[in-house]
Amino acid sequence: MVTPLGTGVPFNWDSITNGRSGIRAIEAFEVSDLPSRVAGMVPRGDQPGAFDADQTASPKERRRMDEFIVFGMAAADEAVKDSGWTPEAPEDCERSGVMIGSGIGGLKGIAEGAVTLEKSGPRRISPFFIPANLINLVSGHVSIRHGFKGPNHAVVTACSTGAHAIGDASRLIAFGDADVMVAGGAESAVCRLGLAGFSSAKALSTGFNDRPSAASRPWDRDRDGFVMGEGAGVVVLEELEHARRRGAKIYAEIRGYGLSGDAYHITAPVEDGNGGFRAMQAALRNAELNPEDIDYINAHGTSTPLGDEIEHSAVKRLFGEHAKSVSMSSTKSAIGHLLGAAGSVEAIYSILALKNGVIPPTLNLDNPSDGCDMDLVPHEAKERSVRYALSNSFGFGGTNACLIFGHAP
Amino acid sequence: MSDVAERVKKIVVEHLGVEESKVTENASFIDDLGADSLDTVELVMAFEEEFQCEIPDDAAEKILTVKDAIAFINEHTK
Repeated sequence: MVTPLGTGVPFNWDSITNGRSGIRAIEAFEVSDLPSRVAGMVPRGDQPGAFDADQTASPKERRRMDEFIVFGMAAADEAVKDSGWTPEAPEDCERSGVMIGSGIGGLKGIAEGAVTLEKSGPRRISPFFIPANLINLVSGHVSIRHGFKGPNHAVVTACSTGAHAIGDASRLIAFGDADVMVAGGAESAVCRLGLAGFSSAKALSTGFNDRPSAASRPWDRDRDGFVMGEGAGVVVLEELEHARRRGAKIYAEIRGYGLSGDAYHITAPVEDGNGGFRAMQAALRNAELNPEDIDYINAHGTSTPLGDEIEHSAVKRLFGEHAKSVSMSSTKSAIGHLLGAAGSVEAIYSILALKNGVIPPTLNLDNPSDGCDMDLVPHEAKERSVRYALSNSFGFGGTNACLIFGHAP
Repeated sequence: MSDVAERVKKIVVEHLGVEESKVTENASFIDDLGADSLDTVELVMAFEEEFQCEIPDDAAEKILTVKDAIAFINEHTK
């Protein structure tokens, strides 16, 4: 995984459970005329955990891919290496697929291409302009690099992308289309155009430009919008017996997956949260579990005034009395909102919470809003054994996904 | 070696990520230097930019080696 905290799963887990924030003032480009000037940007440079693009792709390769593809490939390289799955036999390659999506794709690249077209004309548009910015080219590059010739697909469901990719990929395995799927999401839309667009939609935090690490504060009464983030999260999914036969390291089992649509508004969640409610309900039904079986919820929790409370009330309605016993946190408090990568990055945090018995905290939750009375794990990680972990993702367009993970069987 | 030849070779090295020693005048972009069809389009664009000239598509199709590029540019620029 690649996040604003850094590169790699072990580094990320150490950072997030120690309450570190990856949100900083934006220095990489001009922001003085933008209302939101903070973001979760992937650290580049020499510090520990910094992202080194050269490790993933040569400068020549990178000229033909927008950065979201580089992030996605880096996350996929790590996941595939960790899985130990390096098929060579043709039939094994053909049973291995890729489903890595993105919410927006090559926004920076498209913006720059449009400027080139306007300034210099069509003859100066690179032959790599289209493949550098297409969303499904993460899956394309990953398949080429690793020789995975099975299903090659890409999800595009805004901020639910990463969760839908993992859920849908698991169903391809369940339906017999593949034995192994590399799945997740990648995003790198933190640029002037991305910030301007989300700012105009009044979605971003604007009141914490001088205190970046305090800007993402899910459920806190002073929250004022989400903080844009970038990065990628990718997992390797595998049919259980296939994994057992080769003695694979199994982190967790996907137990449930649920989807729903709000059919309500392009950006706002339906007021009573029934979209999220029904996605969670569907995932529980698919898992053949009850709300009482869930010990940890990794919330969508973006730090917007509207969304956080709606999700909280939907959880309380679905979980009833058990809402008092479940722990729910938002890791977006530390890394911001990674849009199309959010669901898959948060799936990884959820799996590690389950595996390690540690709940990552909700940073900056100083004063919960009225009615937000669940255990929201403020400020500090806590140890707690987790039987099943649930992860929510909700996206623009009213698209909702919910994943439930259980211990390796 | 002419100035044009040096500048052409520099562009080829940068765009194709190959070692300078491999970029001989007879080297074919596709057969010797590992370029694909998209790379060659990009190379031609880079030549146009560097030498402030226009290379029409029918001419670009005939630029297959380092030598071809140098010859075209010498002919069409001062």
